[in-house]
Amino acid sequence: MTASFDLQWMAWTGPTIGFFVFVVCSIALMGVWEKFRPGGAPRRGVLGIDTTRGDRLFISYLGSGFIHLAWLGFLGTPLWGAIAVSVIFALAVFRWV
Amino acid sequence: MNKLSNQRAWWLVVPVVILVAFNALIPLMTVVNYSVQETFGNNQFFWHGVGWFEQVLKSERFHASLLRQLAFTAMILLIEVPLGIAVALCMPRKGPWVSVCLVLMALPLLIPWNVVGAMWNIFALPDIGLLGKMINSLGIDYNFTQQPVAAWATTVLMDVWHWTSLVVLLTYAGLCSIPDAYYQAARIDGASGWAVFRFIQLPKLNRVLTIAILLRFMDSFMIYTEPFVLTGGGPGNTTTFLSIDLVKIALGQFDLGPAAAMSLIYFMVVLLVCWIFYTAMMRNEGQS
Repeated sequence: MTASFDLQWMAWTGPTIGFFVFVVCSIALMGVWEKFRPGGAPRRGVLGIDTTRGDRLFISYLGSGFIHLAWLGFLGTPLWGAIAVSVIFALAVFRWV
Repeated sequence: MNKLSNQRAWWLVVPVVILVAFNALIPLMTVVNYSVQETFGNNQFFWHGVGWFEQVLKSERFHASLLRQLAFTAMILLIEVPLGIAVALCMPRKGPWVSVCLVLMALPLLIPWNVVGAMWNIFALPDIGLLGKMINSLGIDYNFTQQPVAAWATTVLMDVWHWTSLVVLLTYAGLCSIPDAYYQAARIDGASGWAVFRFIQLPKLNRVLTIAILLRFMDSFMIYTEPFVLTGGGPGNTTTFLSIDLVKIALGQFDLGPAAAMSLIYFMVVLLVCWIFYTAMMRNEGQS
């Protein structure tokens, strides 16, 4: 009997694979970052809450998700503008939050 | 002193990781995949981009069910939290009645959601239900199967009956953990009952109430079974909350794409609220 790993039922597409690869790579990158600069760089930023690098990544993801939804709801496609705003947002979060 | 570095304990987490992968991550990934495609069955999918997200975000049906959901959750929190605190304050702290009260409070929590829905459905029926018949005999025209206001009132009442106990038990646990020294100091200062509540009990309950509000928010925001069994989302669409609407789209209409897009938006809202509560909890902990 041969084991079959048919993932067709999950209906994968190129862009969604790309999305998940990006998410996994960014989490892996955080692991590498932690290896070289241990401790998670905790600080209290402009939101007045204690955050580590992991928290900042999570805030960046969640914020980017809502930026994309807002862009889509108010301006529609294409989403290049939303991606640009999300990158700026993420950089701002890592710098000041 | 040499520090022993041993990371092998991480392997103990593997079963949990596998479990979470199968019951959360893989289904979530599949939902993401569905949300950008169209299907007509037979496991055949066609690329649709972010069209479903755009459709859901601009759909009046989604706005209406989201609004209903937010209104329901707000009502639940506004009723259950103060009521839960009030009941917990009235409960005895010593003596044989403690166990009786605790068991009585825990009883509604032990009843499965669908049973609660079925119970309240029969209880509130205007022709044979004890509650429905009684309200009608008082001269008030009440029929939750036909009147939106009655349907809402019954749904809210049912949830209050089912879940206020959770707030009560959490608050009671919080109250029991306040040392007697605080009350003694308040007595010496001649503090009134209100002052004791406002300046001793409420600050000490801060953390436990945040958890209670978070739990009640999440549960009421994702409520499905009870209103589905009680009203079926009706009359019309008046009690069709987000999860009921989602199931109607996904299973009733078999529109997997829009349902997946709606699920992800729903998930993001839940995630955002969770994060806000978690941050508030951590902040409280830091301050205390």
